[in-house]
Amino acid sequence: MTREEVIAGLAEILEEVAGVDPADVSEEKSFTEELDVDSLSMVEVVVAAEEKFGVKIPDDEVQNLRTVGDAADFVLKNL
Amino acid sequence: MSKPAVVVTGMGATTPLGGDVASTWDAMLAGHSGVSPLTQEWAANLPVRIAAQLAVEPSEKLDRIKLRRMDRSEACALIAAAEAWADAGLAEAGLDPERLGVVVGSGIGGATTLLAQDDILEQSGPRKVSPHTVPMLMPNGPAAFVGLEYRARAGVHAPTSACATGAEAIAWGLDMIRAGRADVVLAGGVEAVIHPLPIAGFASMRAMSTRNDEPKKASRPWDKGRDGFVLGEGGGIIVLEREDHARARGARVYARLAGAGMTSDGFDIVQPHPEAEGGARAMLAALRDGGISPKDVMHVNAHATSTPVGDMAEVVGVLRVIGDHPVLTATKSMTGHLLGAAGALESIATILSIRDGVIPPTINLDDPDDALNLDVAAHKARQMTIPAALNNSFGFGGHNVALLFIQA
Repeated sequence: MTREEVIAGLAEILEEVAGVDPADVSEEKSFTEELDVDSLSMVEVVVAAEEKFGVKIPDDEVQNLRTVGDAADFVLKNL
Repeated sequence: MSKPAVVVTGMGATTPLGGDVASTWDAMLAGHSGVSPLTQEWAANLPVRIAAQLAVEPSEKLDRIKLRRMDRSEACALIAAAEAWADAGLAEAGLDPERLGVVVGSGIGGATTLLAQDDILEQSGPRKVSPHTVPMLMPNGPAAFVGLEYRARAGVHAPTSACATGAEAIAWGLDMIRAGRADVVLAGGVEAVIHPLPIAGFASMRAMSTRNDEPKKASRPWDKGRDGFVLGEGGGIIVLEREDHARARGARVYARLAGAGMTSDGFDIVQPHPEAEGGARAMLAALRDGGISPKDVMHVNAHATSTPVGDMAEVVGVLRVIGDHPVLTATKSMTGHLLGAAGALESIATILSIRDGVIPPTINLDDPDDALNLDVAAHKARQMTIPAALNNSFGFGGHNVALLFIQA
């Protein structure tokens, strides 16, 4: 899976869960501050990402996933 | 100490008859039934396969993401509150949030969320349970969502007294303003539990009509052929406002909430007292609270749910406390029984009856019970001047609430 595919997949999840416009999703955007994903919805994003990419994202890792790029790094490293 | 006068300056609703107050009221006056067959697959094996479902789906009024995070009952609350808020002209009123309160209850709470998430838990495990589950199912959720939407900071409350909830919320709102805790209160009730489990539970109690082949004839308060209530869903919220506050901002006033009476039966967990002893005391308390003589009460919007025992007990109570002059109606004949929203929706009907001088009909009253020795606006709406009217609500648990509305 390429980095572009992971980011596109995250954009799909963000649209479904939090109504984020896929055009707004890019590497440097932070989930909570810039994309307006609240803490409960972030939990939904994480669970949906685990399913979509077949990875396990431990709860204590979630705080390190500040931006879309951070999440893509984690997914690609743990595929 | 004299009590400050409290008036109604806005109303909102989403019901089986319409997506707002105006369409609901028009349908009521025309005698329409909001009851229809449950065509969902899950209903196929239930003893009851009819209900009064929302006329307008919440998805037509709220966006998908908002709806993902709230129970259907909470969506009903936000929809009704938005209409009431706009209707009262509060968007432009510059209210101090610390003087704005909310009292919105439900009878059962977010039961459909609880049951749907339990299915997910059983099928897919705990990690798949939505993080929004708790705010969706908590019984104070509808009140909390409304409070959040309008930044209410005087207090957000959620009474729960089964089928008296909506009326109790309005009574609490009256108390809040009288106690000086708020100038404006959004008050009402919501319910959305059309789901096989609540239906099976009520059906097991033999409380529901099983007239599955004639949905529009199933809710028939006071009729000899009545065989139980029809479950409805929706929400109603009114804006209560201290009268001098409303006048100062030039608000349009629908009616005055002159008084409220709240009592409990101490009799049985579900059976109504056969002579509505507690209900009669609630009516009397409302009259005393409002300083209104029984002879001025020309109309009673009755609780009358279409159950064999409850309908007639209320009649006994009305005769004893008010007399034989008021004209009764049972709007549940058209809307079904909205449980925790019923008292709020029926308050809206009562208020509009006073304003417009017309009582909506009780449909399906084809063969009145022999003990019905009161005048009912059967089949057709009745035009008449109404200086004062009562709205009764009674709930499982022995809760009785009577609200007294008078011309402003």
